[in-house]
Amino acid sequence: MKQTFAIAIGGAAGQGVATPGDIFAKIFSRRGLTLNAYNAYQSIIRGGHTLLTIRTGPEPVTNMGDRIDLLIPLNQDTMDRHLKLLTSGASCLYNSDTIRPGVAADGVQLCPLPVSELADISRNKVAQNTLAIGAGLHMMGIGFPALEEVLREQFKKKGESVVAENIGVARAGYDYAARHFTAFPNPLPKTEKRYAVLSGNIAMAMGGAAAGVKFYCAYPMSPSTGVLHWMAAHARKAGIMVRQVEDEIGVINMAIGAAHAGVRAMCATSGGGFALMSEGLGMSAMIETPVVVIDCQRAGPSTGVPTKTEQGDLWQMLGAAFGDYPRVIAAPLDIADCFKLIPEMFNLVDRFQCPGLVLCDLLLSEGRLGVDPEDLDFNPVIDRGELITSVNGNGASDVIATNGGYKRYQITESGISPRAVPGVPGHIHTAATDEHMEDGVLISDEFTNPIKRRAMMEKRMRKVAGIEAAVAPPKLRGPRDAEVTLIGWGSTKGVIEEACEILNEEGISANQLQIRWLVPLHGEAILELLRNARHTIIVENNYSGQFARYLRSETSFVPHGNIRKYDGEPFMPHHIVEAVKEQLGGKTNLSVPVHEIMV
Amino acid sequence: MATGVQRANQVTLADLKGRVDPDWCPGCGDFGVLAAIQKGLVELQIPNHNVVAISGIGCSSNLPGFINTYGMHTLHGRALAVATGLKLANHDLTVLVTGGDGDGFGIGGNHFVHTMRRNVDLLYIVMDNQIYGLTTGQTSPTSRIGMKTKSMPFGNIEAPVNPMSLALAAGATFVARGFSADQKHLTDLIKRGIEHKGFSFLDVFSPCVTYNHDNTYQWYRPRVKKLEDDPTYDATDWTAAMEKSLLWGDEIPIGRFFERTDVPALHAAEPVLNEGPLVHGDLRVPADAARAFIEELM
Repeated sequence: MKQTFAIAIGGAAGQGVATPGDIFAKIFSRRGLTLNAYNAYQSIIRGGHTLLTIRTGPEPVTNMGDRIDLLIPLNQDTMDRHLKLLTSGASCLYNSDTIRPGVAADGVQLCPLPVSELADISRNKVAQNTLAIGAGLHMMGIGFPALEEVLREQFKKKGESVVAENIGVARAGYDYAARHFTAFPNPLPKTEKRYAVLSGNIAMAMGGAAAGVKFYCAYPMSPSTGVLHWMAAHARKAGIMVRQVEDEIGVINMAIGAAHAGVRAMCATSGGGFALMSEGLGMSAMIETPVVVIDCQRAGPSTGVPTKTEQGDLWQMLGAAFGDYPRVIAAPLDIADCFKLIPEMFNLVDRFQCPGLVLCDLLLSEGRLGVDPEDLDFNPVIDRGELITSVNGNGASDVIATNGGYKRYQITESGISPRAVPGVPGHIHTAATDEHMEDGVLISDEFTNPIKRRAMMEKRMRKVAGIEAAVAPPKLRGPRDAEVTLIGWGSTKGVIEEACEILNEEGISANQLQIRWLVPLHGEAILELLRNARHTIIVENNYSGQFARYLRSETSFVPHGNIRKYDGEPFMPHHIVEAVKEQLGGKTNLSVPVHEIMV
Repeated sequence: MATGVQRANQVTLADLKGRVDPDWCPGCGDFGVLAAIQKGLVELQIPNHNVVAISGIGCSSNLPGFINTYGMHTLHGRALAVATGLKLANHDLTVLVTGGDGDGFGIGGNHFVHTMRRNVDLLYIVMDNQIYGLTTGQTSPTSRIGMKTKSMPFGNIEAPVNPMSLALAAGATFVARGFSADQKHLTDLIKRGIEHKGFSFLDVFSPCVTYNHDNTYQWYRPRVKKLEDDPTYDATDWTAAMEKSLLWGDEIPIGRFFERTDVPALHAAEPVLNEGPLVHGDLRVPADAARAFIEELM
């Protein structure tokens, strides 16, 4: 097992849980440690309960893990809820003036900080947070200068005296821990690597910028709003038009309007907002103007649980916009993939002139990961497909009306018809959502010709074969002849990977098939990969096994078992490991892990 | 209207004739609107490849297919949203949005209000016939109280919306109304609307000869009164325009109700477009900006 260390900071919303998290994240990533952060929070601005878990280590950390090493409760509520999660070797750092500890398990170190003795709490409301950071870092074996550097940056804007005060408070906590608390054994090493820490939302926004997106519009909806915020803040430097508009119907229609003029356009929302975009998506498909739509899934149905994760929108994606039409649907596998997928998506939708859907989820959208900056490539391949933006370098202004032989929806073998954008002389046409003929005229303007209708449907659907050839099938990871094969899609990649590691270490050989592309699915290739699998289990964050049902509908494949979690919280590795064991033991073929952290 | 209008050699009416002839009922008011648009474009000499006609769904929304310009025949009620995206992506294009009262004031009501307050530079022509024609005759948001239709056979009990007052209240910077039977007047309004640098709203009485037996040509003719015939009318006076917008009955004003030229069009207010149309912009994020974006996260 890789060496990792997990800190959990909990408190009420507004108590300042985020800042210590940011500070730790910066310190770790500058020491060449990667990290994975998950914030369990409520749909509330002040009060309630928030628990931020940051897990760090010298090697890739893909999920929140099974263990908390250091718990920092900022209020009594957090202590009451979570002290019992700590097992031998863990510690709990808390303000002993205001918080009473409960009963800790054997081997758990309670670390009371007499905050009012160490800082002037009348002036400094977050002193307990800063003291805890200092104390925690000492216990982790990290030198104070690392903290000092970050605190300087954090408080620079507030002036030198605030900087000095916070450094002083942090130092007091650091020194107090040195005198009174036992440090953790096996401190994390430093490495020479450097990491950028970002959320999936930021990754997708940056991926869009890298892909040449020039138009981004949105309506605020958790958990997708972070994409809008990054876009809006960086629009001018990146040369992107960013608009917050009146509703999601406006969003999808505006994005398609912009795309129709020739720019790459993108938008992001969650399940409820996507529901409003369904009709618009059909327009993209019918007029063959590409657009990329991101759905950051959250627990449903309806308003659901706005701050909790789920993989529940798959069937909405598959059924969106009624009728048969070519499209691509992919679920990014982790936060780095959130960045990487966007330019790939755009190349596909531009080439095949169809809509593209990104099935992200709250776990990735709002989680944070330490990513190698080299993986944030701002020079990806950009392929606009068969796009006509000018007429042979002609001066254009003198060319009037002559349409020549240009047919926007020309019937071709590939199904792709060269696309001219408005403003190009000699290529005038109307793009209609009604069924149309090659020149764009509505077939109902002729006589709703069944032969032409069929021909146009077949032209569009011929693009599907091209899409399938352009997208690689999934691969199996791990030992070839494994006792159990775990199948997941999208964001469960990391936690399934770790579950496989644990199973393999415990003598149960396990391998993994992680699905990134839902459409095209490559069902034949999947069947081939699973042909000799001994015991297959599909793992997903939803009630009905949406991927299991989809896979069966496409291939007739039925797994031996399913592990489904739909309580709004992500999988932890042990959930999967325990479920695999009970299923291999023949106890059940449907496991629903219980989440032990009360958030 | 378009910032870089390129004057062509002789755009003619023949150039603007669509691939197919309109399939509107003989006598439909929309014929008059189409003719006035074509005439207006010829008089302004705007190259037809720089014009995009965008519509929703309905009889009048079939218009883009009947004129030889770029066109988008989109979704019911959504033309203004599509047009906003298109105009922002390439603000050198002359954008005309055409549709009906159901498409525009019913399902499209939300986009109507927001597009106006944003002052998107386009001309929105609504062919207002107080009925849903293509779906064979239901009540529309502008149908009068008491009007009998297939969906309200005992008479409409809901007061109609007033698109003129609504437009003025929503901050539209150009508000006008025409009558499809008065070609010359309508053509002039269309030209002014295109040239106005901002959102231009043009409501046009366009009688539906098949389903609306109340608001017919005979009904309109004695009632419509041109504001242009009143030398004291000041189209820069918003309050006066609001008062005129409330008049209905024996006297119905048509003409240019209101215009203001001191509000920048949306694309002119957006610094990202300072260097020119988005569609001509560099696809790549400048290297130093990309580096800064990554450094922010470290």
